[in-house]
Amino acid sequence: MNFDFVGNRKIWFTVSIVLIVVGILFLGIRGLNLGIDFQGGSLIEFKFDERVSLDEFRNVLAGVDLDDEGAVVQPSDQEDIYGIMLRTRALTPEESQELTAALRAEFAGVEQLRADTVWPTIGEELTWRALLALVVASLIIIVYISIRFEPKYAFAALLAVLHDVLIVVGFFALVFREINTPFVAGLLTIIGYSINDTIVIFDRIRENKKFKRHKDYKELLNASIIANLPRSINTSLTTLLCVTTIFLFGGVTIKTFMLTLLVGFFAGTYSSIFIASPFLLTIEEKIPALRSKEA
Amino acid sequence: MGWKQKQILKAILVIFVIAISVASFWHSGINLGLDLAGGTHVVLEAQDTGSREVDAQTMTALNRIIERRVNQLGLSEPRIQRSGDRRLIVELPAVDNPDRAIEVIGRTAQLTFRDDDGEVLMTGEHLVDARSEYDQMYRNPVINFQLDDVGARRFQQITQAMIGEPMQIYLDDEWLYTGTVESAISDRGQIRGFGSLEEAEEIAILLREGALPVPLSIEESRTVGPTLGQVSIDQSLRAGALGLLFVGIAMVALYKLPGLIATLTLGIYGMLVIGLLAGLQAVLTLPGIAGLILSIGMAVDANIIIFERIKEELRFGKTLRASVESGFRRAMTAIIDANITTLITALILAYFTVGTVRGFAVTLIIGIFASMFCALIITRILIDFAYDFKVLKGGHNFVGARR
Repeated sequence: MNFDFVGNRKIWFTVSIVLIVVGILFLGIRGLNLGIDFQGGSLIEFKFDERVSLDEFRNVLAGVDLDDEGAVVQPSDQEDIYGIMLRTRALTPEESQELTAALRAEFAGVEQLRADTVWPTIGEELTWRALLALVVASLIIIVYISIRFEPKYAFAALLAVLHDVLIVVGFFALVFREINTPFVAGLLTIIGYSINDTIVIFDRIRENKKFKRHKDYKELLNASIIANLPRSINTSLTTLLCVTTIFLFGGVTIKTFMLTLLVGFFAGTYSSIFIASPFLLTIEEKIPALRSKEA
Repeated sequence: MGWKQKQILKAILVIFVIAISVASFWHSGINLGLDLAGGTHVVLEAQDTGSREVDAQTMTALNRIIERRVNQLGLSEPRIQRSGDRRLIVELPAVDNPDRAIEVIGRTAQLTFRDDDGEVLMTGEHLVDARSEYDQMYRNPVINFQLDDVGARRFQQITQAMIGEPMQIYLDDEWLYTGTVESAISDRGQIRGFGSLEEAEEIAILLREGALPVPLSIEESRTVGPTLGQVSIDQSLRAGALGLLFVGIAMVALYKLPGLIATLTLGIYGMLVIGLLAGLQAVLTLPGIAGLILSIGMAVDANIIIFERIKEELRFGKTLRASVESGFRRAMTAIIDANITTLITALILAYFTVGTVRGFAVTLIIGIFASMFCALIITRILIDFAYDFKVLKGGHNFVGARR
């Protein structure tokens, strides 16, 4: 096989930049559909023995003065049950009890399937802590990769990670799907996958370099990517198969998480081949400080 | 050591790993998080007051009082843990009325005796006991309380001066009862006016176990009802099993016998992770499952890297034995570097974060160790077995390798 992955890097970079810019545009215009984990609020899902219309539910809500402006009443996304979901500001335990009591007085078999209440401060804190952890982790990874490989490999690997995260965040801004903590878990998973995927190709580059079989750095990179291609394809195939299955058949609670993984794994596979490795050549040519001593 | 002994030793190692895992699971079981099993999770934050700043001592006192309250409420297997400098996490599996439980647990519960103008005369700090009972005369639910010596002396003075006047009793800002002082009261008093004995008992618990030294605010509460917990477990387990089955089928289709071996290894990986989770008493949550999925992906990837390397070596014209040998050796650096980098991320996340993200990081760490062990040791042993028993053949088994 003879394909110039590295030489055509401007094309791949352009494709990615366009996708990321579109994502950032949507992020800027509409932002992300932040769920209660980030913004605070209550999400309560009720199950009934009989069909209850949204209007009937709203009437009860108004009866206990909880029909605030931001309150959203919608059918539950669970199948096979008569369910209604309420999203509103963060309710106190008293208010929540009052609502349940009022519903019980009106309808039969009222059960709280779930009730999540988050006050805004804690969601913010979660995000900041995770971000801080990622910055520290990035620094240590730069050190580790610089020791095991070379500094430029560290920067290329992190660029690929950043690429994948931006693609996924952009995708969620585009489809405007509600995100909560499972989305954060998904992003973390993607970061792990992306690094894993990229390091394996870098390992091949490192190994091939020792043999000095290639006439220049570009050829070394191309040959290494191609040698690793069967693995990249087979690994993505199996993991995507698994994730798609869980996405299609898993419970509603993990749908968003699985969608995050699905998009992220695509981006991760793409970036390790088309972004991380070709970017090594860009660094080699453009940033003398990070150039290999013997290429 | 002869060939035979080596084989036996390897077989023993594999069986040992499986046996230990199964035994550990059998012994401790898996702790499912509340998001999977159902239950209530509350994060409470201590608030500074004008007179008291939150410190370690305050937190210990809070922890102790909350624990006693939870136990007195008769809730099964509560878990209370400190989180950071000023937070407590309370987890209650399956409660009838979670909102009520949250309310009772997080309440400051400062008892005050006030005069008609609302002026505080005395607080409940001198209370030593409080019991809910039916009043002897009227059969109404009441709380009988008892004061210590200092409290009794002060209460005597106060009530002496108030004979014939009304006295109000408040719990925090909630009015409980107003009674006319009939005579001076010293160490024993009664609070009346409760709607039910349950209501009286709840407040008696709060009084008995004492007020919180500082108020708590509820930062987060999550309740998953038993129905939803079960539905999401069932559905997700089924989907997960189906996903793994497809991975197995894909591996066999791609790599024939070695693919089957990889699938077998994945099975052992699954048992090992479950055994480790049970042995370490880790709590498995939804984000935890995310960590496991990533580590499964990495375990599959490791096997694919190894098999592709062996195929390459075969293409160079090496013998099967030599190809397996150098294939494993060459795949090793890639697998180790990739896993260590991910491990670094997971360790730092586990250190810096709490709750959701930490759950992810902890299972990922467990998963990475299990997946490295399986890919580098178990797969190797099984491939060697297959070779030694002459079922592993070059070109045939490794499709794509030039014969």
